[in-house]
Amino acid sequence: MGALSIKQVRKTYADTVHILKGIDLEIEAGEFLILVGPSGCGKSTLLGMIAGLDTPTSGSIHIGERDVTHLPSKDRDIAMVFQSYALYPNMTVAQNIAFGLEMRKVPKAEREAAVQRVSAMLQIGHLLDRKPGQLSGGQRQRVAMGRALARDPALFLFDEPLSNLDAKLRVEMRAEIKLLHQRTKTTTVYVTHDQVEAMTLGDRIAVMKDGLVQQFGTPDEIYGRPANRFVAEFIGSPAMNMVPAQRGPAGLLAHGIELALTEAQRAALAAASDGALVYGLRPESLAFADSGLPGTLAMIEPTGPETYAMVDTAIGTLTARVPGALRASPGERVHLQWQADSAHLFDDGPSGQRVG
Amino acid sequence: MNRLTLHRLILWTALLLFSAYFLLPLYVMVATSLKDAEQMRTTGLLGLPDSPTLAAWAKAWSSACTGVDCSGLQPFFWNSVQMVVPAVLVSTALGALNGYVLTKWRFRGSETLFALLLFGVFMPMQVVLLPMSQVLGWLGIASSIWGLILMHVLAGIPSTTLFFRNYYLGLPDELIKAAMLDGASFWQIFRRIVLPLSTPILVVTLIWQFTAIWNDFLYGVVFSGADSKPITVGLNNLANTSSVVKEYNVDMAAALIAALPTLFVYIVAGKYFVRGLTAGAVKG
Amino acid sequence: MSAPSSPAAPWLPRLVVAPSFIASLLFIYGLMAWNGYLSVSASRLLPSYEFVGFEQYVQLADSDRFRVALTNMGLFGALFIGGAMALGVLLAVLLDQKVRAEGALRTIYLYPMAISFIVTGTAWKWMLNPSLGLEQVVRGWGFEGFSFDWLVNPDKAIYCVAIAGVWQSAGFVMALFLAALRGIDDSIIKAAQVDGASLPRIYWRILLPSLRPVFFSTLMVVSHLAIKSFDLVMALTAGGPGYATDLPATFMYTTAFTRGQIGLGAASATVMLATIAAIVVPYLHSELRSRR
Repeated sequence: MGALSIKQVRKTYADTVHILKGIDLEIEAGEFLILVGPSGCGKSTLLGMIAGLDTPTSGSIHIGERDVTHLPSKDRDIAMVFQSYALYPNMTVAQNIAFGLEMRKVPKAEREAAVQRVSAMLQIGHLLDRKPGQLSGGQRQRVAMGRALARDPALFLFDEPLSNLDAKLRVEMRAEIKLLHQRTKTTTVYVTHDQVEAMTLGDRIAVMKDGLVQQFGTPDEIYGRPANRFVAEFIGSPAMNMVPAQRGPAGLLAHGIELALTEAQRAALAAASDGALVYGLRPESLAFADSGLPGTLAMIEPTGPETYAMVDTAIGTLTARVPGALRASPGERVHLQWQADSAHLFDDGPSGQRVG
Repeated sequence: MNRLTLHRLILWTALLLFSAYFLLPLYVMVATSLKDAEQMRTTGLLGLPDSPTLAAWAKAWSSACTGVDCSGLQPFFWNSVQMVVPAVLVSTALGALNGYVLTKWRFRGSETLFALLLFGVFMPMQVVLLPMSQVLGWLGIASSIWGLILMHVLAGIPSTTLFFRNYYLGLPDELIKAAMLDGASFWQIFRRIVLPLSTPILVVTLIWQFTAIWNDFLYGVVFSGADSKPITVGLNNLANTSSVVKEYNVDMAAALIAALPTLFVYIVAGKYFVRGLTAGAVKG
Repeated sequence: MSAPSSPAAPWLPRLVVAPSFIASLLFIYGLMAWNGYLSVSASRLLPSYEFVGFEQYVQLADSDRFRVALTNMGLFGALFIGGAMALGVLLAVLLDQKVRAEGALRTIYLYPMAISFIVTGTAWKWMLNPSLGLEQVVRGWGFEGFSFDWLVNPDKAIYCVAIAGVWQSAGFVMALFLAALRGIDDSIIKAAQVDGASLPRIYWRILLPSLRPVFFSTLMVVSHLAIKSFDLVMALTAGGPGYATDLPATFMYTTAFTRGQIGLGAASATVMLATIAAIVVPYLHSELRSRR
């Protein structure tokens, strides 16, 4: 039994709307679990069930050894940071942080000690007498985390806490959350729709879609070996290039052009059922060379450290990602090269399952 | 004169004419109430009093005849006070609790219940007058202040619930969830978080209820006994008693006495009054 | 995540609202039903429980007085609602023109809502007094032949009630429309100005149409005020002269409480209820639906 076990959790509304269709997840103590997916995938609903703000239609949730499926939130020993921070507007920062302890009848001296400890950790000591309305977005975020930290719970829950911040602040706060986790080692469940947050923060990531976990694994696994087409396209920016391909006598063809395959991939191809396939290439796998797949440079987007380039080729428009600046201009004839083992094969049907 | 100035001139003329329409009765009331019988004859409806006197006011307050009694509006004024204070407080408190539960602790059927209750804001009270008199009779409070208080509380709950419910809809649900996670109970959440954030709507509701209940006439005339008639009934009796000589100055003074409490509240806290209108009516 | 649905004591919220909900619902629907029963009973001075079918309603339909009350309702309703809405919208548009004394003017236009209809009735009764009121003023200005005896004229008295009613309620319409006008995004107006529209056209074609929801909810409230008008009539004319300014509300009161005809009064109350329900229920239904 891990620190958090979710077994076959389902949630259905009015017998017809299936929000969660059977979720199984288990993480160890101290791990940072990310629930990531597009809107409507059910990640927030699942978080709500872990928090005790909602009950599953069936299935169970265990925190440690305890079955908490039907326990009210306050008995689960969890703390949560909400998307809107949900700081109590009529109380000062200090009162906000101490509120949970106050409700649990912790004596005043201990409460004050907790507030001091937490405000030191998050560097909000100078804000203790202010009200939430007087704080900036980043400060409010820290106070919200402080409120959660003060309780020293068994499980931390975060519900898209960085969505309301501007881009620069988001990057800073992301780093702070990661550092905090390294220090406190509290088991954490973090919901986000941002795949960059998912990759940088998570020990393990559960990619969700339509109420199901599409893949559950470490960032390396998710990125390196996406289990299906959805995960492959969702994680990684710019998205993976997807080239529809047909089986040919020697392997795979797209628009008549032979696609490079390794031995392992050919074997998997042979073993898999017949049908069209998709050949996936991450942009960083593509390199410009003097020979290879010919194409015309359509557009370039320099970001500073890298350049994204869109190239029109015979097998479709591909996006490449190269370090540094690109000494070429739109309209030029270029050649793209890649290694066969950097390709990912997926079934072209509705399942989009990985082949090999 | 350029076009813009002409427009402003027309605008201002219109605004001032309308102001006259609205202020005229008030002016007439005040001016008339400060005249004696002689001045009413000589100065006519719109003229200012030559030598203002408060005699009419004194009479309206303590010695004008309102039917059989001739003790002025004073007893009615105090009846109204006795009726208004508990009715306003109780209906507001219940409205707050109802709004809190309806928005933050929704249960199956709560929206339907609210919809049913909402009709009470609009329904014509004529349909409950007759049965209610029977009920009050059975409860033994038919001719007392308590009957009026009960009536106003029951009639007020739909409106106060509407106000608080609409306001609390604007309080983020996440605030309640955070408090639940922090371990707060239903009452603790209400007391420590929701109530402190309710000041604007509390003020609006109190003002709105005070004005509505103080100004009410229908229940006052149907449900009150000899000793419990509110000031609106007293005023109506005073102005309509067929005595030999109609003393319009006393009538006007009496009308002003009846109007002063709510007018005062309006002038002091007018913007909350407006907020009450928009909170209740615009949002349905 | 939706609103919290599993508190520690799930029955507590229900328990808390139960007393006032039960009391209110009994009060509204229970008594309504009871009144309905009275309207099909033989009650006169005292309630009786003898069922007489629609006899009371037939009597109501035959009653000349009730017919006058209904006609007045239509006439007064149209004038009151039309007048209050038109004047209210006009005032709102005028005040929206960034007038300097807006606060003071708003206070002036709205204060009548703060006073009782009885006070309004009393004041206007004095002003419209046939010999001592406005008539005398205008005569004093030189128009010797001017007569303004509408208040005691059976055919014209209802207009007086309408004048006083509009005076009381126009400010309310104004307040609602002004708030709504202010709520409209500035950029829409600027876009229209860039497109070359003149101010009146901006109001007529863009702003006022986008206020349709406010228009309907205000219309709803003003209509319901009209149908319930009781206080104003009692103070201004007491239904008179005779019963020329009777409205269903005053009819109900005098029939049930002064003339000892409870069954008939209950029937008239039911008619009032049906009228209001016909307007309000569809409106409420659509409002609650759209908010879901």
